Amino acid sequence: MPDNVYDAIVVGSGIAGGWAAKELTQKGLKVLLLERGENIEHIKDYKSANKAPWEFPHRGGKTTEMTKEYPVLDRDYPLNEMNLNYWTNEKDCPYTETKRFDWYRGYHVGGRSLMWGRQSYRWSDLDFGANAKDGHGVDWPIRYKDIASWYDYVEKFAGISGSKEGLPHLPDGQFQPGMELNCVEKDVAARLKQHYKGERHLFIGRVANITQPLPGRTNCQYRNKCWLGCPFGGYFSTQSSTLPAAVATGNLTLRPFSLATKVLYNKDTKKATGVEVLDTQDNKTYEFKSKVVFLCASAFNSTWVLFNSATDIWPGGLGSSSGELGHNVMDHHFRVGAEGIAEGYDDKYYFGRRPTGFYIPRFRNTGSDTRDYVRSFGYQGGASRQGWNRQIAELGIGADLKNALSEPGPWSLGMTAFGEILPYHENTISLDKTKKDKWGLPVLAMNCEIKDNEKKMRVDMKNDAMEMLEAAGLKDVKPSESDYFMGMGIHEMGTARMGKDPKTSVLNAHNQVWDAPNVYVTDGACMTSAACVNPSLTYMALTARAVDHAVGELKKGNI
Amino acid sequence: MNRRDALSRVALLLGGTVIGGELFLAGCTSADKKIGQSVEFTADDLAYLDEIAETIIPATDTPGAKDAKVGAFMGVMVKDCYKESDQKVFLEGMNKLNEASKKKFSGNGFMKITPEQRKELLNELDKEQKAYAKDKKKEDPQHYFTLMKQLTLLGYFTSEPGATKALRYVPVPGRFEACIPYKKGDKAWAL
Repeated sequence: MPDNVYDAIVVGSGIAGGWAAKELTQKGLKVLLLERGENIEHIKDYKSANKAPWEFPHRGGKTTEMTKEYPVLDRDYPLNEMNLNYWTNEKDCPYTETKRFDWYRGYHVGGRSLMWGRQSYRWSDLDFGANAKDGHGVDWPIRYKDIASWYDYVEKFAGISGSKEGLPHLPDGQFQPGMELNCVEKDVAARLKQHYKGERHLFIGRVANITQPLPGRTNCQYRNKCWLGCPFGGYFSTQSSTLPAAVATGNLTLRPFSLATKVLYNKDTKKATGVEVLDTQDNKTYEFKSKVVFLCASAFNSTWVLFNSATDIWPGGLGSSSGELGHNVMDHHFRVGAEGIAEGYDDKYYFGRRPTGFYIPRFRNTGSDTRDYVRSFGYQGGASRQGWNRQIAELGIGADLKNALSEPGPWSLGMTAFGEILPYHENTISLDKTKKDKWGLPVLAMNCEIKDNEKKMRVDMKNDAMEMLEAAGLKDVKPSESDYFMGMGIHEMGTARMGKDPKTSVLNAHNQVWDAPNVYVTDGACMTSAACVNPSLTYMALTARAVDHAVGELKKGNI
Repeated sequence: MNRRDALSRVALLLGGTVIGGELFLAGCTSADKKIGQSVEFTADDLAYLDEIAETIIPATDTPGAKDAKVGAFMGVMVKDCYKESDQKVFLEGMNKLNEASKKKFSGNGFMKITPEQRKELLNELDKEQKAYAKDKKKEDPQHYFTLMKQLTLLGYFTSEPGATKALRYVPVPGRFEACIPYKKGDKAWAL
């Protein structure tokens, strides 16, 4: 076939795009995988991964120069000198904050799969049924039974370590052996279980770090430097996992520096014919043709492509017929929790840097519990001994201080809640045609905020954390509370939601755009609600499921 | 905890929010020193900072701050990472510290006094900075000695001598042991 024709085009190479490419190529399709940014090759391009702390001139911190260059990144932890090249430069890729929105992006092969938090939890029917039950947003077109086998499938390949807990609201999966809680965490877990009569659970975080080798990957080496890229392939990323699988089929063409600007649409067939690409190196426009298109460009950028694909029939963008395109933006709100000191463990320590903490799944609005808000939250946290940066009030300077700081300090335990944000129609992204990025393309404008339901939940998020840590016997328990602005969770969701009805949703139950059934959107954009657990595992499962559907439909000649 | 954990570890690497990104700079004879990126430290400045750092973290059975080149590290951090207002505090602090030495030790600047006298002086300044920090409002500038001490601890414990000799540095642990015995005197893990 001509060199611009493929069976399928995948836009974006992050978690969703990597999965789409792997599944499509393994099913025999010739696939073009488009990535707007540069290539980062597994191991070879992880420039900081094997550096010692002292090899960073500012020991990992940020310079005033970096602060000027990256004013949004500077708002939270991402701005640092160790993996700065993994984060998107806001000067080249600006956006408009109608209301403050912290957008932390990774424009390169692998996307944020390189820097992600790796926490991996299944949804349950409590989540899939939430919109229908309390009337926010629209009902999900699927239930747990529709996705359970796909969770099985992606967990086995990605490698999720964790423990089985038998909780209906946080289903178990196909786990590798979980990492271990340390002694303080184990005792806190036991005390919570006793105090709350088995209603509250604390266990090791389910994480996409492998504890047993997988093909081409070494098990986690407990360096906890995941976000620099792992030379061992110890965690799931596009580079360590889906990309090599796709490449191995011989069916993949990866094209970095390829910014997808629009989905090409034939109004007679009502189907997409391919994708228009701006090559960011030669600044030329190219057209690639395919039978099916997967948009996996990250929640907001997939919707940006749809917006930018407006035609005279769809002036609001491809997929805009319901009026919901760009609406119902969600994230997880967090930065509220508590911390305390655990006494009586001075003779205990640990070896190795475990790349996960503990998880406490939702308990509010769960089972018989009901609150004056809807939905729920879970906690992520960890216990460790304090390091050299602790304050020692009674010591001044000199050898005594040095000796004291050379030993581990008291045990402290901290945790922060991650709460669900409702899908508000009025939380939107839209095209701001008055502002252009480096390539002259219109940018997104964000107009989103949390509302009363989330604010009420945050009160519980703080108080419950305090109460639990006190019940667990910790001393000097203090709340930890910082401002939250949408986007900070780096879990952008919504803007092209799935649904049962083309009048109220952008995508159907198989992630097909109602208005163009050979276009699938399987990243965070598709989410109909947010649940309170980290979302990436669900994107993986939805993507694999959607590919299976697409290939079936192609064979049947339906798309 | 993932990347949020990574974040706290970066903060930890930086010595917590106290240090993170707000620093300073200076020269002992230089109320007129330029600030911003044009800040320059002379070899004498860095030697002076080295001695301050060594007094805070002296060589014992493990290397001290001078072995870890903490003076030069302070210079880099003040120049590259400090806001101008903190640079000013630090630079002026270098002068103030020297003046305090002269006042206390019959006209002798910090480089001229004995290690014991240096320790005495810096312990006083440490008490002063702790008292200042207690009452300080959020928008007030930091005490210069707070900055010097923070940079010394950061520079030392993340240096090769500090991380590998004063602490135990294991680049590739290879395994995780969740609960092992600890006895007083065992060094902390670096990172």
